[in-house]
Amino acid sequence: MEMIWMPEIPVGRAIEYVIDLFSEHCSFLTRAFSDLVESGIMLIVNGLMFFPPWVLILAFTAITWFLSRKRGLALFTLIGLLLIWNMNLWSPTVSTLALVLISTLIAMMIGLPLGILSALNQYAYRTIMPVLDVMQTMPAFVYLIPAIPFFGLGPVGAIFSTVIFSMPPAIRLTCLGIRQVPTELVEAADAFGSTRWQKLFKLQLPMATPTIMAGINQTIMLALSMVVIAAMIGAKGLGGEVWKAIQRLEPARGFEAGIAIVIVAMILDRIMQRIGKQNDKPV
Amino acid sequence: MDHKIVVQNLYKIFGNHPRKGVKLLKQGYTKDQILEKTGLGVGIADVSFHVDEGEILVIMGLSGSGKSTLVRCLNRLIEPTEGKILLEGTDITSLNKEELRQLRQKRFGMVFQHFALFPHRSVIRNIEYGLEVQKVPSSKRRERAMKALEQVGLKGWEDSYPDQLSGGMQQRVGLARALALDPDIMLMDEAFSALDPLIRRDMQDELIKLQEKMHKTIIFISHDLDEALKLGDRIILMKDGRIVQEGTAESILSNPADDYVAKFVEDVDISKVVTAESIMKNPGVVASYAHDGPRAALRKMRQAGLSSIYVQHKGRLMGIVRAEDASAALKAGEKDLKNIIVTDIQKVSPETPAYELFPLLAESSPLAVVDSEEHLMGVIIKGSLLAALAEGVQTNGNDLDAGDTGRQSN
Repeated sequence: MEMIWMPEIPVGRAIEYVIDLFSEHCSFLTRAFSDLVESGIMLIVNGLMFFPPWVLILAFTAITWFLSRKRGLALFTLIGLLLIWNMNLWSPTVSTLALVLISTLIAMMIGLPLGILSALNQYAYRTIMPVLDVMQTMPAFVYLIPAIPFFGLGPVGAIFSTVIFSMPPAIRLTCLGIRQVPTELVEAADAFGSTRWQKLFKLQLPMATPTIMAGINQTIMLALSMVVIAAMIGAKGLGGEVWKAIQRLEPARGFEAGIAIVIVAMILDRIMQRIGKQNDKPV
Repeated sequence: MDHKIVVQNLYKIFGNHPRKGVKLLKQGYTKDQILEKTGLGVGIADVSFHVDEGEILVIMGLSGSGKSTLVRCLNRLIEPTEGKILLEGTDITSLNKEELRQLRQKRFGMVFQHFALFPHRSVIRNIEYGLEVQKVPSSKRRERAMKALEQVGLKGWEDSYPDQLSGGMQQRVGLARALALDPDIMLMDEAFSALDPLIRRDMQDELIKLQEKMHKTIIFISHDLDEALKLGDRIILMKDGRIVQEGTAESILSNPADDYVAKFVEDVDISKVVTAESIMKNPGVVASYAHDGPRAALRKMRQAGLSSIYVQHKGRLMGIVRAEDASAALKAGEKDLKNIIVTDIQKVSPETPAYELFPLLAESSPLAVVDSEEHLMGVIIKGSLLAALAEGVQTNGNDLDAGDTGRQSN
């Protein structure tokens, strides 16, 4: 039922207007971003596809072993990736990885400074945190819509929406990590006459590292899930396989791609957790 | 001599519009009234004192008395609301950020209650921190840090991490971190309060030993009277953000300014636990009423370096003879002590608790400790009582509030 006693407030229109304005007048910006990201993706995908799959599989296994020193995890990586290759999903897996990698990098490049800012500045904190709340409660699909006018269908739009979707934990946990540094330690750093930057780089960031790593881990996981959803606007990769399977009603293919996503997610998660834990102990 | 630090009418009010709190304080409102009326927390109120070069000043009080706030105002970790802090004539409160940083880097070394070591840095890199901040070249830095580490007796532990050390060792690192800067002023905020009593005593001894060599100006915060007595050249007692008494250990113990101080002094477990017996000294020589005349008594006094001597008769304490009386009697040609013996003397039983000794000692010193047969067991002089209390004889954990976690959060 419509509200008749009051004219409709054009909330949606207003947002649409801003998006239109942005895509019309800032196209030089969006295009530059688009070119940069696209060449980044190409570089990674081509680079990874240059090697035969078994070389990469062995390399990933070795990296996992080196980082975690866990035989089980290395074995899981080996078997998991072999299974993906066997299911004929190697190429989409590589492009998914490339998308996740680039999205995470961009999310970190924006998220870490924002996290630091909101930890150190009360006004920034009060501004950024509610925005993050909105960003995290907004259904992920909504981010796909402005991506199309900005960047068109394809991987760049997918990365744009993925970055927005996956950035909040990086900001939040960076902020949290820095705020968790005991006040007595901050006081000690002040008492010895540290500048703001010395305090940040010599005390706050090193102590916040485990928490920041946890944030990056979450960002990676969210990026992975969003990259799959972003298949709807033309991101290729494993998500694209699932999307195709839905359209053609092919459960076999859908589940195969789904399993491949789970494998990639588990490997990434475990590796990141290990790195986080290593940082926990002083080296 | 000019004072090293002079604090003049310093106020710290926590909350919005703190000036209003200062105004109310000046109108005579109390801390509680101001909190009720305005919601402002009074940290310190109209505090004035001075610190002399090379002395240890102990600021003492219960938690919430403002002592930790006060010490943080000195290097402006907490910004005072009103008042002046003069360091060799320069007003610290008027310094800009950069000048303040310079001052913190060069002049103040701070030691914290819970050590505040950086857990991600090794011991030596913790000690180097202050020098690193000053951008001292790394070889020089290492050299000075190693020297500081040696000073606190932790050589060989430089590559360990703080969590691998015991509490006492951690605080030695904390001390070394402050010493490495070679500051002329040390701010020690309940530096030993988190340590267990035995280690605490060691650290106190260590500090006294270091201070003999270094002659720093030390401002030491404590809630522990024993510690204050042992370390402090002077003691300042705080309550509700104000100074209630200032003076030497002895003057505070013997002339408490008000009930609060008296209670503070009396509440110290040690003065209840410690009895006359545990403090008394061997009386050494005594004169015999039956055999000694003034000449013998004088000789005994001269040999023992005393100005008076106790006189016993058949194993019972009869009284005391003073040197000047004895020499007068000698000149008068008297042969015995009958006319010069003072029999009206203070006697206490060995079980008398130390706090009952204070008023007696204030009236007359020395005190004689006698058993039930009136036999002289020992003597107590003012100095030995204080020394015994400061040593913390036969007691442990004699804190007023061991659970004090320092400054009230604000």
